[in-house]
Amino acid sequence: MTETWRKFSKSTRINTITVGIIILIYVLCQIMISAGMMSYLMKGLLMQFCYYGILAVSLNLTVGILGELSLGHAGFMCIGAFTSAFFSKYMVDIIKNTFLRFSLAIIIGAVSAAVFGVIIGVVVLRVRGDYLAIVTLAFGEIVKNVINALHIGFDSRGFHIALEAGKLELLEGGRMIIDGSQGIIGTPRDSTFTIGVIFLILTYIIIANLINSRSGRAIMAIRDNRIAAESVGIDITKFKILAFTISATLAGVAGVIYSHNITTLESSKFGYNMSIMILVFVVLGGIGNIRGSMIAAVILTLLPEYLRFLKNYRMLIYAVVLIVMMIFNWSPACINWRKEHSIKGAVCRLTKKISKTKKEA
Amino acid sequence: MRFISYLIDGIRLGSVYSIIALGYTMVYGIAKMLNFAHGDVIMVGGFVIFTVMSTWGLSPVLAVILAIIVCTVLGVTIERIAYRPLRKATSLAVLITAIGVSYLLQNLALLIFGANIKSFTSVFSIAPLRLAGGKLSISGETLITIVSCIVIMIGLTLFVNRSKTGRAMIAVSEDKDAAVLMGVNVNKTIAITFAIGSALAAIASVLQFSSIPSISATSGAMPGIKAFIAAVFGGIGSIPGAMIGGILLGVIEILGRRYISMELSDAIVFLILIIVLLVKPTGILGKKYHEKV
Repeated sequence: MTETWRKFSKSTRINTITVGIIILIYVLCQIMISAGMMSYLMKGLLMQFCYYGILAVSLNLTVGILGELSLGHAGFMCIGAFTSAFFSKYMVDIIKNTFLRFSLAIIIGAVSAAVFGVIIGVVVLRVRGDYLAIVTLAFGEIVKNVINALHIGFDSRGFHIALEAGKLELLEGGRMIIDGSQGIIGTPRDSTFTIGVIFLILTYIIIANLINSRSGRAIMAIRDNRIAAESVGIDITKFKILAFTISATLAGVAGVIYSHNITTLESSKFGYNMSIMILVFVVLGGIGNIRGSMIAAVILTLLPEYLRFLKNYRMLIYAVVLIVMMIFNWSPACINWRKEHSIKGAVCRLTKKISKTKKEA
Repeated sequence: MRFISYLIDGIRLGSVYSIIALGYTMVYGIAKMLNFAHGDVIMVGGFVIFTVMSTWGLSPVLAVILAIIVCTVLGVTIERIAYRPLRKATSLAVLITAIGVSYLLQNLALLIFGANIKSFTSVFSIAPLRLAGGKLSISGETLITIVSCIVIMIGLTLFVNRSKTGRAMIAVSEDKDAAVLMGVNVNKTIAITFAIGSALAAIASVLQFSSIPSISATSGAMPGIKAFIAAVFGGIGSIPGAMIGGILLGVIEILGRRYISMELSDAIVFLILIIVLLVKPTGILGKKYHEKV
C-alpha cells in the first residue's frame, strides 16, 4: 500500500489528500444532519461553502495562475445562474426527471458562461493590469444591469421579450419567467449539498490538474514573463483565452448551483460587491493557492455569521479584520517581523548559537 | 431645447465626475494604486455638511469648510495607516486594503447615521438662470458645478506644472527612485497628493449632494466607481484626461437615460468604456508605454 502510494507524484498525493479531506468533512456534515445536530443556519451555510468555494477556486485560476486582475467574476456567475434558472423554470413541467433537468441546466449555465468567458478573454488580450480590472468590473455591471431590465415571458404565441414590464402583453395563461428587477421566482430547488460538494471536488480536480499540466505551466509562464514565454513559442492568445474561459465556465456552474437553491433569484445580488468578496477569498487564501481559496471561502462565510451577536458592529469588525490581515500578510515590515519572531526562525537561531558556542569551545 | 437642457445636465454630472476623477487619477499616477475608498470619502464629506447644516443648523460656508478639512485629514490618515505600510507590496494587496477601508467608512456611516436615506439641503441658494425666454432654465447648482470644475482644472494644472510641490509629484509619478535621489521626499509628496484628492472629494460632495439632494451610507460608492471609469476613459494619470473623460461620461449617461432607457443607462456607459479601451487600451489621453525586453 505504502509502496504504491509513494509511486504517485507529489502533486497527486496532495490532491488525493485534499479530496479525501473534503469527502471526510462532507460525511461528517451528513452524519451531523441526520443526527439532528446541525442548526438550520448551518444547513443553509453548507450550500454557500460549496458555491463560494467553486467561485474562489475558479477566480484563483485568473488571478493567481494567469496573473490578471478580474473584478467581474460575479458577472459570469450571474449569466450561469439566470440562463439555467430560465431553462429549469420553463422546463419544470416538460422534463419531470430532476436529474436530467438539472444536468441539462448545468450544461446550459456552463456553456453560456463560457461563451462570455471567450468574449472577455479576447478583451484580456488587449488591456492589461488595472485597465483589465476596470473592463471586467464594467462587464459585471453590464450583465447585472441588462438582466435587471429584462422581462421575458411566454404564452401560446411563444416567447416575449421587453425592457419594460408593461410592454410584455402576455395572453391569458402566459407565464412570466424573468421579471426585471424581481428576477426569477420559483426555480425548482434541484441542487443539494451533495451536488454542491461533487462540483466543488470536480472544480478542485480540474484546476489542480490544469496547473500541473503542460497548459498550466504555459499559463504560469505567461504570468511570470510574457515576453519570455512568447519567445519560447507559447501561444499567448490561446492560453489566456483558455484560462479565462475555464474560470468563467466554473463560475457559471457555481451560478447554476446557487440559482437552484434559492427561491428568488435577483440580479442585484451579483454586483461588484460580490466580485470583490470572491477576490477577497482568493487574496486572503493566498494568491495561486487553491486549497487556501477554499479554506478562506469557508472561514470568511462563517465569520460574518458568527459575528452576528455584534449586530451593527459586525461589518465594521469585518472591515477592520480585512485591513489588519492585509497589512499583516503583505507589508514588508510585517513580513520581516514575522520572520524574526517565528518559531522556525527562533529554533534556527538557537541551533546556530549552539553550534557557534561549540566551535568556540 | 429639451436636448440642450439634457446636455447641460450631462455636463453638470460630468463636472462632478471630473472632480472626483481628479482625485483618482492623481493618486493613481503617483502611488500606482486604485483607491477604492475615494468614493466613500465623498460620502463622508456629504455627511459632515449634512450634520453641520441640518443637525446643528449652522451656515453653509462653515459646513463646506469643515467638510474640506475633515476629508483632507481623513484622506491623509487613511494613507498613513492603511496604504503606507503596503507601499512595496503587490498591487492586489493594496487594492483589497482599499476595499477594506471602503467597507469601514460605509459601515461607520451606517452606525452613526443609520440606514435611512436622508434628505440633503442644498448648500447654494442661487436663483436658476433663465434663457431663451424662459424655455431653458439652468439651476444655480449646475452653474456653480460647471464653474468650479473649470476653476479647479485650471488651478490644478497650474499647480502641478508650475509649483515646486507639483513638479515633485510629476517626478515621483515618473520614477520614484530617481525622485528620491533628486531630494524629493516621496512620503510627503504622496501625502500631499492624498490631501489634494480628498479635498477635491469634499468639493465634489458639496456639488453632488446639493443637486441630488439626498444622502445615505452607500451613496458615495457608485459616483466613485463612475468617476474612476471616467479617469480610465480619459487616460489614467492625466489631468485633462480626467476632465474629458468625466464630462463625456456624464453626457453619455444623461442622454442614455433620457433617450434610450432609464435602467440601462449604466450599462451603456460601461459598454462604451469597454469599446474605448479596446480601441485605445490606455484611454483617450493616456500615455503609451513601450515594453522593454
